Order: sequence, then structure tokens, then C-alpha cells
Amino acid sequence: MTSMDFLLFAKGPMFSIAVAIFALGILVRLFEILALGRAHNYAAARGNEIIPGLKTVYRRFNPDPGTFKRSTFDVVVGTLWHVGFVIVLLLFIPHIELIESTLGLGWPGLPNPIVDALTAITLLGLVAVLIHRFKHPVKRFLSTREDYLIWLVTFLPVLTGYLAYHRLINPYPLALGLHILAAEIFLIVLPFTKLTHIFTAFLARYYNGAIFGRKGIQS
Amino acid sequence: MTQAANSFSLERGLNAWREEIDAPVAAFFSSCVHCGLCAQACPFYVETEDPQYTPIHKLEPLRLLWEQEYTVWGKLKKLARDRIDAKLGRASKPLITDEMLAQWEPLLYDSCSMCGRCSMVCPVGNDIHYMIRKAREGMVASGHAPEGLVAASVRAVNTGSPMGLQWKTLDVQIKHVETATGLEVPIDREQADYLVLLSSMEIINFPEYLEALTKIFAHADVSWTLSKDCFEATNAGIQIGSKDIAATLVQRVVDAAEQLKVKYVISPECGHAYTAIRWEGPNAIKRAYPFKVYHIIEVLDQLRADGRLKTEGKEMDRLSMHDPCNLARKSGVVQQQRRLMDLVADDFVDLKEHGEFQWCCGAGGGVSSNERAEPLKLAAFKRKKAQIEEVEPERMVTMCATCRTQLEEGLEEFSMDIPVVGLTEMIADHLVEKEKAEQS
Repeated sequence: MTSMDFLLFAKGPMFSIAVAIFALGILVRLFEILALGRAHNYAAARGNEIIPGLKTVYRRFNPDPGTFKRSTFDVVVGTLWHVGFVIVLLLFIPHIELIESTLGLGWPGLPNPIVDALTAITLLGLVAVLIHRFKHPVKRFLSTREDYLIWLVTFLPVLTGYLAYHRLINPYPLALGLHILAAEIFLIVLPFTKLTHIFTAFLARYYNGAIFGRKGIQS
Repeated sequence: MTQAANSFSLERGLNAWREEIDAPVAAFFSSCVHCGLCAQACPFYVETEDPQYTPIHKLEPLRLLWEQEYTVWGKLKKLARDRIDAKLGRASKPLITDEMLAQWEPLLYDSCSMCGRCSMVCPVGNDIHYMIRKAREGMVASGHAPEGLVAASVRAVNTGSPMGLQWKTLDVQIKHVETATGLEVPIDREQADYLVLLSSMEIINFPEYLEALTKIFAHADVSWTLSKDCFEATNAGIQIGSKDIAATLVQRVVDAAEQLKVKYVISPECGHAYTAIRWEGPNAIKRAYPFKVYHIIEVLDQLRADGRLKTEGKEMDRLSMHDPCNLARKSGVVQQQRRLMDLVADDFVDLKEHGEFQWCCGAGGGVSSNERAEPLKLAAFKRKKAQIEEVEPERMVTMCATCRTQLEEGLEEFSMDIPVVGLTEMIADHLVEKEKAEQS
């Protein structure tokens, strides 16, 4: 198999398989959550559920001052690499072209040097959070093999993307093929691990805001 | 409870959990990435720095059950494990054992006051205390609830009071209040507007509350009554985590209120009693009430807004306030107590993190009824102590008998000379005498 064969495999059949597993997997996950439903609440409500629920979805991007003070590293580095990851994923021009060719939906991208800088920041951020996970007593105590696995499958697409862009792996078709494969592994692993939080965190935040909102507190 | 003791079993516990798992629980467990930020929101972790007190870790057994039985992926994993075990001819290892629950019992009870602060800071939005409450249902049903709480629940069911207090004790106090104030304490008065409930701890530790209430209601011409059949507002079933016990106790309140045909029921200066009657009660008995439930602070603030509270003079020393978790963060009563403070306090300063972000005193959620938790209760109090030291008040004001007892005991333990007062009493101290009020 030449590097070109590998790239064609990664872009072709493997891509379809990965997207299918991802889409079906996530649908099943969301369905199995929502299907559980909620018991009827007989207590007279003090407040609304929907608006506070939606507000909490937004508010958890922006932690309270006490949390910021006590967990500055988590808030700053955590936000930085998440934002970096999402911008690089959605605003790098070749990524947009791929999305447009798959879904028929496109939007303007960012200049390559900006995406390049954000990629570097994301990589450094991911390395920093891994070190933090090893060193922080609570994080180390809580961490399971799955936590390290999802770190790895998140790190690899960013790393291979960076290496491919800078032509640090040769030949180029191999570099690009590895990057695409890493992204596919991410998609395949996502529905079976806590990477699902990419979707379910919005649901969790909504429920949190709705539960507190009913009692008249904006959480 | 005692007769039922034999029927506690692991299977009953797991079944109780199966009943509790709902869409929010599934969304929460699906979202946790083990960031550990809930730890820095928890007074039990912050003051001990012991990672096992990380809030989300307290739910691990419930999470295991959810994953294995409520996710396709978990079911597939179990199937695969069972096949491997069958091939190797060995018995499958049970997912959750009694030993495991015994290990988790101190985590779910001793080191958690269900204050809900972790639920406010979780970045993915997990309402952790919502799940702790649910997890306790399975702990009770499997026979893994702390002795102190079991005893309080048995007393509450058998005698009506978690402390075994009887009407005749309260009756003595009523007579005393009537002599001291020259006012009548109405008992079993039908069609009164408000049914007043008390807590045993208040009756024993803070008799000034009933006297204050009697004065305020006479001053504001409030039509109220006590009920001989049901004077206890607290609900040991909510603390231990048993919907059945909770329903039995709430039903007594509902029966008394319906019998006396009152429009409103007032929860006393007690945090959990309020959440028990206000939010959990209707769900425990599975119907909406024909009356409304208020915390005494809400009633006082409404009287203030209606111009029915005429006060004179102000407290001149530096005062700060402790928001009970159950009242503020868990029930949305935050501004009412501050408006009342404005009425009677000249030099009021809030603790830096207050209202929905206040820190628990460390005694709620059944921790104070659980003797084994005593050292942790005092450890958690150190967070409150640090908060109090920041603003250096001369006195603390609060509106929950459990918080008040904990603050008094904790401050004394650390030799801090800061008295603690109940807000209702403070208001009563500043009432304009009725004749004077009528002239003006």
C-alpha cells in the first residue's frame, strides 16, 4: 500500500464508516437519555424552567468568581484549548471545504497563520492539562483509563494536523492520511466514551438550569 | 422501620436506584469528564483535601448501575463480560456489592450536607446534589444509612418528632410564651389563614422563636394557629433519603392543614423542613397541595411589603448573615432576608460569597443527626469560619435552627466571640408597640 493508497482509504471508505458510527452512536446516546424522561413535578413552581435552563447552558462557559479564583488553571487552560480546538475544527479553510462537500453547508474561514497559532496553543494546552491531571490530587484520584484514552484521541488529530500542515511528516499523502485517520478515530470513539459531553453537556446544563429555575434560582 | 429492617437488601437498594434514574441523571453521568472542579466547591473537600470527598465520586456506585443498565454500550460490555466468564467457567463478579455500599455510606452521608454548591459550579452542568438525594434512596433500601439518621427517622415516624419531643413539652413553652407576652397562642383554630409549624430543635434550643412569632403576628394582625396533631415541620425521611418515610411525615402536615382549612402553611426557621414541605412534599404524596407553603422569612417580607410591620430603632453593631443552603440556593429565597435586615440593621455586611454561592455551615442534609460525622461536620465548618473572619462581624444572623446551632458550636470551638441570632427574633425586638402603631 502506497501512501497515496492509504490517503484514499482514509478519505474514502474509512471516512464513511467513521461518520456512520459517530452519527448512529450519538443518536442512540441522546435517545437513551431523553427516553428516560422526568417524573411529573407536583410542587408549585416559583419560577420558569425553560429560560433559566437556556441561561445556564450559556452561564457555565463563564464560571463564578470563586471558582475562577480557586481553579484558575482549569478555567483558563480548559477554556483556551476547548476554544482553540473548536475554532481550528470549524474555521480552518480545508475543514470547511470538507464539511461543505459532505453536508453542502459552508462558511468563511480564518487565515492559515491564525489557525496555525491556535493549533499550537491548543496542543500546549492539552499537554498542560495532561500534566495537571497527573499532578492534581483530585484529578489523579478520579482519572480512569478512559480519561487518558479520550485525551489521546483528542490530542492526536490536533498533533497530526499540525505536523501535516508544516510538512513535518513525509510524504505528504501519508501525513494527511494520518491526520484524517486520527480524526476518524476521534469520531468513532466519541459515542462510546465521555467525549459524548460535547453534546450531552448542553443537555446537562439545561436540566440543571431548569431544576434550579423552577425553584427561583439562576444556576 | 424496625419491623422492616429484615427486608433491607442490596436488591431493594438497586431497585430504588432504578426508580430514581431519569433523563437528567443520564445526561449528567454522560457529561462528567472528571475535571474535579466540584471538589473545590465542596466544604468537605476544601477543608480536608481528601480526594475521596470529591462530590461526583460520591455517586460512583449509582453511575456504575446507570452505565450497565441504561446505556446500550454498557449492556454490550456486560454481555461480553458474561460470555467470557461463562467460557472460563467462572461466576460473574457482581457490579455493586454490600461492601461497596458500606464503603460509600460515609461519602454519601457524613461528607455531604446536600448543600448543592457543587451543582452551581460544574462546568458541564451536572446537578450533583440532585443525584446525591436520589442515591440516598438506594442506601436506605439496602440498609446502608447511618445509625443516627435511622434512629431519628424511627422517632419521627413513631412520635412525630425526630427528637422524640411531645406536645406536652411544647405546651409548657406555649404557656410560658403566653405569660411573658400577655398574648394568646392560638391552637387548632379552624379557618385560620396560616398554620405555623415548628422544629424540635427550635423548640428545645431556641424557644425565643415562638415568642417572637407570637408578637409579630399579633402586631401585624395575622390570623394563625398551631396544630396539636402536627407541629413538627422537619422531615427525617428527606434527610435519610426515603420517599416512604418522607410521604408519611408530609401527609401529617397535609392532614392537619386540610383539617384546619388553612390557606397557608409556614415552615419555621429551618432549612430542610422548608425544602421538604415546599418542594419534595407534593412529589412524595404525589399530589399538589390545596394550600401554599412559605418559609417564615417569606411571610415576614410580605408583611413588610404590605406595610404591616412597623419597626423602630436599629441594631447598631456590625452584623453579617449566613444564608441557609436550603433556603437560598435550593429554594430561591435570597433577597427577602436582606430586605428584612435593612429594616432593622444599621451596619450590615454580606459575606463575600453569599446567596446562591454561599458556603454551607457543614451541618445540613442529616450530617448533624449522624454522630459519626461529628469530626467532618466541624472540619467543614472551617470554610464558614474563614468566610466570617473575612468580614469581621460582631454578630451573625441566620434563619435556620440547624445552621444556628452549628454556627454557635463551631464559633465556640474556635473561641470566636460572635453571638448568633435568628432573624425573626431580631425583627420582633424592633416592633413598634401596637397602641403606638395605631396612633401613627
